[in-house]
Amino acid sequence: MTLSDSVFTTDRAALATRLKMILPAHCLLTEDEDLRPYECDGLTAYRELPMAVCLPESEVQVIDVLRTCHQMGVPVVARGAGTGLSGGAMPHAQGVVLSMARFNKILQVDRSARTAVVQPGVRNLAVSEAAAPFGLYYAPDPSSQIACTLGGNVAENSGGVHCLKYGLTVHNVLRVRVVSIEGEVFEIGSAAPDAPGYDLLALIIGSEGMLGVVTEVTVKLVPKPELAQVVMASFDEVARAGDAVAAIIAAGIIPAGLEMMDKPATAAVEPYVKAGYDLDAAAILLCESDGTPEEVAEEISRVTAVLTAAGARDIRVSQSEAERLRFWAGRKAAFPAVGRITPDYYCMDGTIPRKRLAEMLAAIAAMESKYQLRCANVFHAGDGNLHPLIMYDAAKPGEWARAEAFGAEILELSVALGGSITGEHGVGIEKINQMCVQYSAPALDAFRRIKAAFDDKGLLNPGKAIPSLHRCAEYGCMHVHRGDLKFPELERF
Amino acid sequence: MQLDDLLERIKAAHDDHVPLRIRGAGSKDFYGGMLAGEVFDVAPYAGILAYEPTELYITARCGTRLAEIEAELAGKGQMLAFEPPHFGAATLGGCIAAGLSGPRRMAAGGVRDFVLGAKLIDGTGQVLDFGGQVMKNVAGYDVSRLLAGSLGTLGLIAEATLKVLPRPVAEQTLCFDFDAAESIAKLNEWGGRPLPISASFWFANCLYLRLSGAQAAVDAAIRALAQAGGKPIAAVDAAKHWISVREQTHPAFAAATLWRCALPSTAPLSSDDSLQAIEWGGALRWYADAPDGLRSEAAVSGGHAVLYRAAESKRCLDGAFAPLSPALLALHRRLKKSFDPKGILNPGRLYAEF
Repeated sequence: MTLSDSVFTTDRAALATRLKMILPAHCLLTEDEDLRPYECDGLTAYRELPMAVCLPESEVQVIDVLRTCHQMGVPVVARGAGTGLSGGAMPHAQGVVLSMARFNKILQVDRSARTAVVQPGVRNLAVSEAAAPFGLYYAPDPSSQIACTLGGNVAENSGGVHCLKYGLTVHNVLRVRVVSIEGEVFEIGSAAPDAPGYDLLALIIGSEGMLGVVTEVTVKLVPKPELAQVVMASFDEVARAGDAVAAIIAAGIIPAGLEMMDKPATAAVEPYVKAGYDLDAAAILLCESDGTPEEVAEEISRVTAVLTAAGARDIRVSQSEAERLRFWAGRKAAFPAVGRITPDYYCMDGTIPRKRLAEMLAAIAAMESKYQLRCANVFHAGDGNLHPLIMYDAAKPGEWARAEAFGAEILELSVALGGSITGEHGVGIEKINQMCVQYSAPALDAFRRIKAAFDDKGLLNPGKAIPSLHRCAEYGCMHVHRGDLKFPELERF
Repeated sequence: MQLDDLLERIKAAHDDHVPLRIRGAGSKDFYGGMLAGEVFDVAPYAGILAYEPTELYITARCGTRLAEIEAELAGKGQMLAFEPPHFGAATLGGCIAAGLSGPRRMAAGGVRDFVLGAKLIDGTGQVLDFGGQVMKNVAGYDVSRLLAGSLGTLGLIAEATLKVLPRPVAEQTLCFDFDAAESIAKLNEWGGRPLPISASFWFANCLYLRLSGAQAAVDAAIRALAQAGGKPIAAVDAAKHWISVREQTHPAFAAATLWRCALPSTAPLSSDDSLQAIEWGGALRWYADAPDGLRSEAAVSGGHAVLYRAAESKRCLDGAFAPLSPALLALHRRLKKSFDPKGILNPGRLYAEF
């Protein structure tokens, strides 16, 4: 896949000359061998070499780089740790990668206000570690939290196991400092509960680096629960496990985490982590409760009763912190475990209404035979966010193309079932065609106008997240509302 | 009333350059800047479209009264966790457009935290669907949440989906004899502990603290807070009290000119006797006939002050909302233009400039 949406012609030598004027030598990479580590993010199937990588150390340098790129008409792709899974930080061949890796300081942890001010290159887990001495932590916990950065979390509106109860990034970030492509600095949001004007914070978070470059983030910290305990339940039928999830919610319980793994997933992880999973079960559920010891005891007993009534074949409650971590170890290690049993896998990310879970899993099983590829399923059952892991071998001709088509079909079915093509990984380059399936032409056009309000030359992360009209037409899925086609005079298809 | 009726009216207004003043129940006519344009009554576009208790969402048309939505949710033991004020007959559309939240805001989040999707009719009469009905959706810009607090200036919120939550099993309100400064200090201290605090309200040297959650959690919190002098309040009185706070029928909100200051919860307290009440763990402070310089003082503290209730002439003269920086104002104008190129929707309601 190439970024054919946007055509830029950059004079590489002139760009290097200009960048050398504003950045010290150790903050600028221009040789191909130095650029190589930046050619992709966590979605390694798509690669591109940029013309330069800038590693600014100050906001002034960020401003200078953006101003220069704006003047020269050069695309800019901001990058954190590069752990993204949708190619959101894949470079542009005609552009600059702006790595925020050196913005790695925690500027302030305010115990009393329960906030932390951090630079965008700070790792997610480092925020919780810095807050731990005060009995506080940062709730959104993407699985990659040991490596992923806050800047990337803001760009992708990352979630994690805890977001059913504690929300996504958008619910936990109070303020960001942003530099526009023209080099203007904006303060969006504040440490107060709200800010005057439009809620631009909601717009910036999850905008995949297309509206501005974040240089500082203020996050909300929450008290660490005194205790956490996990219930593990196994089911003979996937549909029953799905119904059990709905029954827990219907009983008025919002667990701290509610995760599900199907049989292929438990089969892959059990030999790897020895978590003690029931290998005969069609699916297992992990349901975490947190709070005061009294609260946890009460919730665990209610959850256990609901799961029993829902037909669980076996229920186990973690009896120690070590056991709780062991129950989770399998879920957390699902990706590397699947990586051990297949040369390559393709991780998808769709969201569906919970009640359609069984239907979706049956459809995925049918797709396994259609595409002749295996698929293991791990997901955030509590909020309907699926992560099918499609196994393939990149060395075998045609397998990647089949995996890609398999993934696209899952995403399109997610939309058809009333869900979304992405719950937490973002659209990036990966799901850009499916945006034409999820959104109507007028809504996509509104996205483009919003983009233009922030970045009129379209230089920030071009070709990602928001497809061009042309791209939707090519994909053959353009949604035409009541025959009301924009630019009807243009030839299509 | 059909969706087509709404968009035809906006299309016509767009073609003829006629400003429209979008209005549901009119319960928040007092709020914001100028009320300009032909009244566009959208209250008849009402009704709950979908409610899935196990999926935790409800979808309704803009004219649906909050009371109807909350009654439906109560039937399944659920609620709008941001506790929006009704001010009479408030509707869903107005609730999102105004972006006002009630006592539970600091614990549960505000309106914007619960908006999952919206069907918007922009200023040219186009129907735009954003977001959806699932909890996690990061495809495209999050326009649905952007609409919260936009006061109808970006489009008519014709339909919306909100996330709902289970109602807490147990609830208990305590009252402490604290002055304002002591209350703010205690609220920030307690906020850092795992206590199930769901609302706080300070008025006339009394701090009300509501605890909600599992029975065991509430009981444990009452024991933990007993030494601070918390006296329990009878459930009936407590319920009445929190409704009077939510609906602002409490005497604390009686002043003819009322300022709303949203601040970092730890912001120092200016010792002004026009301070009426403190909510949201110290982060929301209400003043009557504001002292001079309240707006700049709030800005210095990292917050902002809204001229919340005042004569319309005063709101138009001073601006209801704190002024934006030139860079942010320019961005707001461009965004407004991208949704409403002719500026026909609620002009001047948010800022006089657009």
